Amino acid sequence: MAPVFALLTRAVNRLWDAPRRFLQVFGEMLLLLFNAALWALRPPYRLSLVLQQMDFIGVGSLSIIVLVSVFTGGVFGLQSVEAFRLFQADGYVGTAVALTLAREIGPVITALMVAGRAGSAMATELGSMRISEQIDALSTLAVNPVQYLVVPRLIASTLVLPALTMVYDVCGMFGAYLFAVVVKGVDRGIFMHNVRWYTDFDDVGMGLIKALVFGLTLALVGCHQGYNASGGARGVGLATMRTVVISSVSILVIDFVLTDILITLGF
Amino acid sequence: MTVAGDALAQRSERFQIRVRGLERSFGSQQVLGGVDLDLERGRINLVIGGSGAGKSVLLKLLIGLIKPDAGQIYVDGEDIVPLDDFALNRLRPKFGMVFQYAALFDSMTVEENVMFPLLEHRRRQLSRAQIREVARAKLEALGLVGIERKFPAELSGGMRKRVGLARAIVMEPEILFYDEPTTGLDPVATKNVDEMIQEIAEKLKVTSVVISHDMASTFRIGHRVSMLYKGQIIASGSPHEVLADPPAPLREFVETSGAVTLPPARELVQR
Ligand SMILES: Nc1ncnc2c1ncn2[C@@H]1O[C@H](COP(=O)(O)OP(=O)(O)OP(=O)(O)O)[C@@H](O)[C@H]1O
Ligand SMILES: [Mg+2]
Repeated sequence: MAPVFALLTRAVNRLWDAPRRFLQVFGEMLLLLFNAALWALRPPYRLSLVLQQMDFIGVGSLSIIVLVSVFTGGVFGLQSVEAFRLFQADGYVGTAVALTLAREIGPVITALMVAGRAGSAMATELGSMRISEQIDALSTLAVNPVQYLVVPRLIASTLVLPALTMVYDVCGMFGAYLFAVVVKGVDRGIFMHNVRWYTDFDDVGMGLIKALVFGLTLALVGCHQGYNASGGARGVGLATMRTVVISSVSILVIDFVLTDILITLGF
Repeated sequence: MTVAGDALAQRSERFQIRVRGLERSFGSQQVLGGVDLDLERGRINLVIGGSGAGKSVLLKLLIGLIKPDAGQIYVDGEDIVPLDDFALNRLRPKFGMVFQYAALFDSMTVEENVMFPLLEHRRRQLSRAQIREVARAKLEALGLVGIERKFPAELSGGMRKRVGLARAIVMEPEILFYDEPTTGLDPVATKNVDEMIQEIAEKLKVTSVVISHDMASTFRIGHRVSMLYKGQIIASGSPHEVLADPPAPLREFVETSGAVTLPPARELVQR
């Protein structure tokens, strides 16, 4: 009986501990964001570092986004055709895919992919710099590490995510078109007409607003984890792992909240 | 501020850095419990102490990387403890720091590492080509030729340390901090680093603060030696002074290292 009891105690403790840890991490991240905002306003403005990060996050993620979007868009088109045919409504496949991609799937999957690729890389890079004292070295050379390392990543990620999301949307639609029209034989004219007729700028706008927020979130999580890493190589590994977990969960939770808010605002 | 504090705030010709009542804990562990320390201007000051004594913590406090729980650190009469990051950046060009493991930026080449401080702070006065010249000259002065385009990962530990030194002196600081510059080096390399520290101290007229537990080099190059033990400075003075009547921990430290032969304690009393 004793081991079972111990296990239960541990489980309860853990559940109890989770909100406390969550609040702590959340508070620290807000503090880092505030600090970064402050240092972003002070000269020097390091445009070249922002561009370098945009290159890494944006250009570097391009091929994987194209690949993923064509397949997810395609499978989405395929499934929708099957479902809509039950009601003889397969002309509306284009509408369904376009709306869902633009408002929901596009920003979310793009953000999840970039979090896994670039967010984790930020945590690893800053984490190694922390444990090898490179961050301290920056400070002693009178270069503020938040300004030098965190600010460019936050700005770049926030700017690049909407662009990547648009790429995702376009390529995803291409995938859906390929499978619905070319493979499954949905009428091309009706497909295109319904895409144009039922989607408007608000739908895309909703996705892009989400992408902005997700971009900031995933970079903030990665930077926070890396910047505060400790405990050698193992600590860097943990920071990277936490980045992927925390940013994925945050993106999905924020998506829910943001959808509710944006719909209320009339998007 | 107390009267004593006011007196300390006066710029002292002899001591460039004066530390009073410095305390710092991590969690429930008190690492420094009231450190009083004076560091002489233009000379080589050694701070010795066992592993985990808090030497690195003391150094991080001195350059403002972390904040103390209590106490003052006067640099040229100005207490740096209340200063925030922004204000500290104004003072930091005074400081140069050589890290225990060099802490070179591994995304940059050797040359870019040494150019970095100048590119950040002297871009208005100097062109990129001039900055490259200065960096090369510094590297050459430290016997580092032909490695400008290499990355830190391609260098040996001793070379990295010297590149770290080049980066630290490129802004011509007034005070140079070294965190265990000779730990992990062979005896010859150790001697080279010691000579380098002496040469730079003389050439650049800097105040050197060297953290070490290498007794041999301590007494070879130190003008002033202070021992950190259990969170406090238990001995301070010229090597001659501290060795004349060493407190027990220092005596043990020196005798175990075998670097310096001390007269037996009895003889000392008789004299
Ligand atoms: N960031 C930190 N968090 C918690 N404890 C710390 C931290 N930094 C140092 N300590 C503790 O402070 C004590 C002194 O550490 P410090 O690195 O200053 O020792 P040291 O004298 O430099 O030793 P060494 O000669 O091995 O480098 C150690 O017990 C260490 O556990
Ligand atoms: Mg140390």
